Amino acid sequence: MSNRISHKNSRVDLNRPLTFTFDGQSYQGFAGDTLASALLANGVKVVARSFKYGRPRGIIGSGAEEPNALVQIDVGARTTPDLKATQVELYDGLVAGRTSGWPSLAFDLKSVGGKFSRFMPAGFYYKTFKWPTKLWPFYEDIIRRAAGYGKSPIEADTETYDHQHHHVDLLVVGGGATGLLAALLAGRSGLKVLLVDDQSELGGYLLSMPNILIGGVSASTWSANIINELQSLPNVSTLSRTTAFALHDMNMIQAVELLQDHLPHAARNNAQRRERLHRIRASKVVLATGAFERPLVFGNNDLPGIMTASALTTYLNRYGVACGKNAVIMTSNDLVYQGAVDLAEAGITVTIVDTREQINPEWAAKTNQLGIKVYVGYGISEAVGSGAVQGVQLVKLGSLKNVVTAKGPYVPCDVLASSGGLSPTVHLFCHDGGRPQWDDARLAFVVSANGRAKDGIFCVGAITGVFALQEGLAKTHDTIAELLTGLGKTINASGLVLETDEIAVTPARRIFNVPDGKDGYGAKAFVDFQNDVAVTDIHLAVRENYRSIEHIKRYTALGFGTDQGKLSNVNGFAIAAEALGKTIPEVGTTTYRPAYTPVSFGALAGAHVGDSFEPRRYTAVQTTHERYGAEFEPVGQWMRPWYFPKPGEDIHAAVNRECLATRNSVGMLDASTLGKIDIRGKDVREFLNRIYANAWSQLAVGKCRYGLMLDEAGMVMDDGVTACISDTHFLMTTTSGGAARVMTWLEKWHQTEWPELEVYMTSVTDHWTTAALVGPKSREVLAKLCTDIDLSKEAFKFMDWRDGKVAGVPARVFRISFSGELAYEVNVDASYGDYIWNELMKAGKEFDITPYGTETMHVLRAEKGFIIVGQDTDGSVTPFDLDMAWAVGMKKPYSFLGKRSLARSDTSRTDRKQLVGLLPEDPNVVLKEGAQLINSSDITPPVAMLGHVTSSYHSAFLGRSIAMGFVIDGIKRRDEEGNNIVYAWAEGKAVKVKIVSYVFVDAEGARHNA
Amino acid sequence: MFVIKCPHCFEAREEEEFSYGGEAFVARPTSPETESEESWGDYLFMKRNPKGWHWEMWGHSTGCRKFFVLKRNTANHTTVGAWTLAEARKIYDAEEATA
Repeated sequence: MSNRISHKNSRVDLNRPLTFTFDGQSYQGFAGDTLASALLANGVKVVARSFKYGRPRGIIGSGAEEPNALVQIDVGARTTPDLKATQVELYDGLVAGRTSGWPSLAFDLKSVGGKFSRFMPAGFYYKTFKWPTKLWPFYEDIIRRAAGYGKSPIEADTETYDHQHHHVDLLVVGGGATGLLAALLAGRSGLKVLLVDDQSELGGYLLSMPNILIGGVSASTWSANIINELQSLPNVSTLSRTTAFALHDMNMIQAVELLQDHLPHAARNNAQRRERLHRIRASKVVLATGAFERPLVFGNNDLPGIMTASALTTYLNRYGVACGKNAVIMTSNDLVYQGAVDLAEAGITVTIVDTREQINPEWAAKTNQLGIKVYVGYGISEAVGSGAVQGVQLVKLGSLKNVVTAKGPYVPCDVLASSGGLSPTVHLFCHDGGRPQWDDARLAFVVSANGRAKDGIFCVGAITGVFALQEGLAKTHDTIAELLTGLGKTINASGLVLETDEIAVTPARRIFNVPDGKDGYGAKAFVDFQNDVAVTDIHLAVRENYRSIEHIKRYTALGFGTDQGKLSNVNGFAIAAEALGKTIPEVGTTTYRPAYTPVSFGALAGAHVGDSFEPRRYTAVQTTHERYGAEFEPVGQWMRPWYFPKPGEDIHAAVNRECLATRNSVGMLDASTLGKIDIRGKDVREFLNRIYANAWSQLAVGKCRYGLMLDEAGMVMDDGVTACISDTHFLMTTTSGGAARVMTWLEKWHQTEWPELEVYMTSVTDHWTTAALVGPKSREVLAKLCTDIDLSKEAFKFMDWRDGKVAGVPARVFRISFSGELAYEVNVDASYGDYIWNELMKAGKEFDITPYGTETMHVLRAEKGFIIVGQDTDGSVTPFDLDMAWAVGMKKPYSFLGKRSLARSDTSRTDRKQLVGLLPEDPNVVLKEGAQLINSSDITPPVAMLGHVTSSYHSAFLGRSIAMGFVIDGIKRRDEEGNNIVYAWAEGKAVKVKIVSYVFVDAEGARHNA
Repeated sequence: MFVIKCPHCFEAREEEEFSYGGEAFVARPTSPETESEESWGDYLFMKRNPKGWHWEMWGHSTGCRKFFVLKRNTANHTTVGAWTLAEARKIYDAEEATA
């Protein structure tokens, strides 16, 4: 069955047929179609099943407002769920699927439940499934399976996206009549203008009403002339298929452009982007976003074949699709009449049901002439039909009140449209805090043309509540004149005639929900189609004492779908207002948030995917690490060697081998990622005294010291070793992940509180490569390559550093240790980094030198009880909690950062959670990091939680498991035999654990002092 | 997503170049040890957090790395200006004096 007609101004090219499939069936459409228009042309009425009741649904709208026709486009990696068929441009070979209806569109199991829909009111799920609690996982599983539309792609996206930034004098959003005029007038004045429009071609609603005369020429000619002139202006750009979806502070507008989705696969260029996100910073913005028509609400108003009057007109005039042969149009206003005339002239039988007592005499004459029957003062109480609309039951309406005064005739039809007026598209205006006002004459939430002129935002056309074209054009002229005057420019409207042949508009009837006289027991009348919210649901919410519209929305789900209530919100507010006995402005409007329409993750991510998602930092030794077969782990942005497995080794075997080799002979760690901050100036010592918890006044040149950095609340925020290079020059190291944060922290205190201190800070993390040579044989290895430093125990002590040459390269060698072993950290210019690493490997060959990664580093440091900030601390830990009072210089004259807080009543408690060592009773059991520590293995609630495990490993050196963790009053309990047993609870098991000192290896320090 | 004109670089740049540095003019007590439990707690934790005009510090973190003061309306993100710490102090003090 084809509903296609050859229509004089149609934008569809009947000479270019296209083949497509929907829900497995093949159809024909034409170039210029949307999927929706092509389906309607093929007589496809049911395109979806409703969310809650499984009711068959058809296409209602013609654009972004569509609530029903959610489709799955394409297959495989390109598949996209939940696109609106009304916004999908047809191309040859398009494959579209349904996103609802199981097992099929023709029969949906949920519709069986729908027959009992009286028992599934608003709040049904909340009320029904909340008890008994333990069955919730079962309910959730079932509900989740029934919920949602479409399927997200499971293959990686093969296409690319990007971002483009614009800085313009004026952005015009919307390419309809008033948007085009605004862009032209601004463009003529020389402003840099960008016009964005979501459609495939400019023109807006003029494409749906091409026979109106503007300045004596047809609307299509008028807009073609303007578009031609815009294209001739070098300072004006236009973007089609581009939806402005968000307006942020200071006129930052985000818009997404669809570049290729309208093309057949063969014509797509893989080297080009699929979508582009435009980020537009505009000095001035003109919103010409138009309006959506809202339907009237009546019984069975969701039957397929029922749509908005503007959609019916659009399908006829723009796409050459007659959605039926026998149309009924119900209205509260004049807006439907032009479309009705167009339909009648196209040979369609038209009946108008006008809810008003009086109709516009000019339209009365015109409809009479064309044989259009008009029922005046009637409404449709109920649509009738099975699977699709087949007729309507009319009722006579009261003249003042919206009540039924008499039953009216039954009128058969095969398509039904309605109009309850227009709802301006105010979304962007409201995204950053603007509010629309209720206009009781126009029955709409509107914004005023210059209501946000101080922000540089101006509004023209239907968004301002001006729905007549001629008035809209005239006011656009005036608004742009005001905008230009503000910029010291004058308007040039020469050659533009803005008079139209529209018939003057007469008042509308204030009606949203057509009464059926059945007091809530009539056929279901839907307000929100996507969420199956009926009038009775809103009434129920009000009866259950929901008073705020935001609560009513959430209880009923009104306006929560992918259409975000574009059709339903105003009807819902009006119906709620009536039930609450309030006016619509008292009930208010909802909060509009970005995005106006759904935006793909691809567009938001742009080129920031894969390796470009975040910079990855590699040390200078990376290629050598790869050659040695390292597995890597991310540490902040750094990729660090994690462990170096030999063939056949898993992580445990590799780490055990690396640990033993290091403790028994020599190992090597790439420590280049540690943050390094070079600090100079005459006041460095004082600066460090204030920044660190410990004292720096006495640190001699050539010496290093471990420092704890606290925040002002006294909590450990970073740690590291700082070396005194000279009296006025220190080199600070920070944790690998904390380097940037620490740098900012130092700068902030210096700039804001201590500007009198002469210090200069430079981040030198990347300048140095640090090879940590670790183990009893490290001295012998280094001695082979370094002859100008006296490496003897007496001359180069633990915590000393020396300048010298290693393998012929200038080096700074630090005798510091994060493992408890004799160790030298060799620092060279990063450009020598790979060289020095390889030279040290060669030199260490005779000692079986073993490169190791972060995992072995963790085990070695845990064996010594060295903390890792961020693993063993979490921002709520003081040095005393860590049993590290030795690193706090309480006697320093200046009250260092965090000092006062250490004396606060809470931080100075002695029974806080404290870091201790933990030994599982079974040496083969490695505790779960994060396991809760409790007093007994009995977990009958309530169970007091004493702390948790922060670090846990198998120690090959000790031949058993070890752990660190926090325990309330742990330091005292550690030393009390009989009170030192706790249980670590994780994954359903309680493991008996003894609290011990966290120094498991070489407590006296003989090894690192060797 | 607002624009800030850095008072050190004299350039209007996107917000993403900057990072928030907390409420401005929260002076560190000169003698913390003599502060009472309560007054020290106020310094640490009690911020004005107004709905409306707010004096706050920002750092030009991917630019000159200087901290400066911005006066911003927290309700709608409008700003009246950005100044160096010293300049801002004068304006702030004058405003506080008349408030």
